[in-house]
Amino acid sequence: MVIDLQAARPPATFPKGGVHPKEWKDRTAGLAIEKIPPPPRVCLFLKQHVGAGCEVAVKKAPVSPPHDNLLFSRHPGRIYQQLVDRKATVRIGDLIGSTGNHLGAALHASLGGRVEGVVDALHPMTGKAPAVVISGDPEAVAPAYGFEDWRRFPRRELLDRIRRAGVVGLGGAGFPTHSKLDIDPQVALDTLIINGSECEPYLSCDHRIMVEHAAEVIEGAKIILTILGIRACVIGVEDNKPDAIDILERTIDDHRAENDFRIAVQPLRVKYPQGSADQIIQSVTGRVRPSGQRSSSIGVIVQNVYTTKSIYDAVVQSKPFYERVVTVSGQGIARPANLLVPIGIHLADIVAYLGGTTDALAKVVIGGPMMGFAVSSLDVPITKTTAGVLFLTRDEIDAQDYGPCIRCGFCLDACPMGLEPNMIGIYVEAGRGAEAAQFGLVDDCFECGSCAYVCPAKRPLVQFIRLARIQIREAERKKEKQK
Amino acid sequence: MTRTDLVVSVSPHVKQRVTTATIMWTVAACLTPPLILSVFIFGVQTLLITLVSVGACVATEAVSQKALGRPVQVRDGSAVITGLLLAFVIPPGVPWWTPVTGAVMAIFVTKALMGGLGFNIFNPALIGRAFLVATYPVMMTTAWLEPLRDAAVFKHVGPGVDAVSTATPLHVLKHYGMSAFIEKFGSLSTVYADFFFGLRPGCIGETSVLLLLIGGFVLIYKRYISWHIPTAVLASVGLLTWIFGGDTLFTGNPLLAVLSGGVILGAFFMATDYVTSPSQKAGQLIFGAGIGALTVLIRLKGGYPEGICYAILLMNPLTPALDQWFRPKRFSAGAP
Repeated sequence: MVIDLQAARPPATFPKGGVHPKEWKDRTAGLAIEKIPPPPRVCLFLKQHVGAGCEVAVKKAPVSPPHDNLLFSRHPGRIYQQLVDRKATVRIGDLIGSTGNHLGAALHASLGGRVEGVVDALHPMTGKAPAVVISGDPEAVAPAYGFEDWRRFPRRELLDRIRRAGVVGLGGAGFPTHSKLDIDPQVALDTLIINGSECEPYLSCDHRIMVEHAAEVIEGAKIILTILGIRACVIGVEDNKPDAIDILERTIDDHRAENDFRIAVQPLRVKYPQGSADQIIQSVTGRVRPSGQRSSSIGVIVQNVYTTKSIYDAVVQSKPFYERVVTVSGQGIARPANLLVPIGIHLADIVAYLGGTTDALAKVVIGGPMMGFAVSSLDVPITKTTAGVLFLTRDEIDAQDYGPCIRCGFCLDACPMGLEPNMIGIYVEAGRGAEAAQFGLVDDCFECGSCAYVCPAKRPLVQFIRLARIQIREAERKKEKQK
Repeated sequence: MTRTDLVVSVSPHVKQRVTTATIMWTVAACLTPPLILSVFIFGVQTLLITLVSVGACVATEAVSQKALGRPVQVRDGSAVITGLLLAFVIPPGVPWWTPVTGAVMAIFVTKALMGGLGFNIFNPALIGRAFLVATYPVMMTTAWLEPLRDAAVFKHVGPGVDAVSTATPLHVLKHYGMSAFIEKFGSLSTVYADFFFGLRPGCIGETSVLLLLIGGFVLIYKRYISWHIPTAVLASVGLLTWIFGGDTLFTGNPLLAVLSGGVILGAFFMATDYVTSPSQKAGQLIFGAGIGALTVLIRLKGGYPEGICYAILLMNPLTPALDQWFRPKRFSAGAP
């Protein structure tokens, strides 16, 4: 069956909940991706993905002969291969961290220069975390990557190339992509959804990827389909990006005769959180993921559009994931842009390149305004999952004090998962957060912030939900101990 | 290098503009046209009574928040609404000081002692009215005024108010029947028009169906309230009056039942109070239907000609139970 691409597809959406924040995308949506010059130094966190943190030294099987170029350290009975050492010289794309056989993603140098060591650096989410610091060498030359025909690689090789490139899910969570795609062939899959909804306000990096790299996105989708052993793929794009929808459809059309993949673009209505996995699956297929199960249980795999492009780079070009496009926006930055930056670049270097911040700057957010993290310093490096850096002014943010819950029920209508954020907040305030488990937040809440967005009392409902989660975990631990 | 000038807080970092105060002041604005009309229908003293009621409520709110060690937040407009609604359910011929004790009862006892905004079980304004009916039973049930058709708004200022008092349509209907009703208020067709615009004896703010409906529709249009509770109240009052309100079954007059008394005011502005009504749609429909049923029961079988006030007060404490019984449908409930 061939999907008729000429047929008009009405925009789809999910039925329950959701909000419509002001988009602010026109500030950057039309700006072409711009490559930043190499910064003086980068700071690469050993853990920028779901799973184990990277080790800068990895255990080697004793049978393999040591490689001369690398430094070695011996431990009783084991040989460790030191990936980086203080003052070692690295080139862009060199492996500098590995998680071995644990769940995780490899880490590569994003700057050519000298390794200064491993330090505790400011982390946008966790406070401080260990990171490799590299200071740049102005003489360093950027590597060149060739092209290979991926169609001759077996499935295992495709997965291996993704693993070696350290690709993680760029939709937010940072789950290692090779692990996600390495699905038991027994699982019955039928549809791959490429998530190009980019529902967070301000952000436009996925938009630019679709417009400027449509061919790579489509090829990437075909690689994923080959790995999964299925043929149907739907690219979901919010209909505030008509140029992306148009160019993707034309690209699919150009290559349609080549093979029997069935790839189509599905416009989606602009509604936050359209890009959440559960919501986009429902919008595109009408299916609902059962609580506590993976989307593969209903035959669907969702992959972010930028991850898909990175898979193409990893497989076809053997290019490690060491740089990414970041949307820099907000009224607080002199010049908004879609910047191609090395992973680990500090916000201060981005700010300097874009001409500084404005006087009205009130908040710096890493990520989108709905789910991103506010930081108190520009000395913070970006990570693999940083899609945006927002410099927001007093007018753009909401900094009002919160009041008591007036039981308006707005959050009940806004919650896409059918939870009761109002009650969770009231329970937490009453010191009974552990009892809030009855409202289903443990499995279902993904902290999209729709509840807090609509709350007229400006209650920090996401914060209450996180506190409830901590209290639920503590209560469970206590129960375990008593047993 | 931490910058102290940067705000750090948990996501989301953007929020919609509507605040608690926006909602409260919008409701207050929606209640203003009926108030202005009542000045022209019952005289300028209604404005004085309303100002006393609002003033007493705001003052009580400020004093009780101070006394209970809470931040004073009278600017959120919540006490202003209580003051307006309390005045709206008082007859227009009472002395100007009448609402004061009701205001203290409404704000201090019903709201502040229960934990403040968001924690009261009963609708404060209606508790205030119920308290006033118990305290000044004669005045609260007889100080009705004939509508002024000549805009002589200063007619009832000063002494001699008792001389002009009259009876409400529901009172006439209940105690003297339809023939007496038509004798006093005219044929049904003129009654419908008069009552719709507010030209009838009644409480200060309850008479103008037209202006109350406009205000109610503004709140629904702005999504501050949903249509479920008002529709359920009106439907159940109309339906049950039609079935049981006549001399035989199915001969009652539903239109008259909705146009007279305080059903419109109660359905759109009192039964929809966030705190004392359920937040789930199914619960709201049952809540509204229950109010309608109790209203008709009190009107037809009870001692009072009008029952909306007590009907709402009786349904208010069911709110937590209705919210427990009708939980939102979880997303994963639609899973295979």
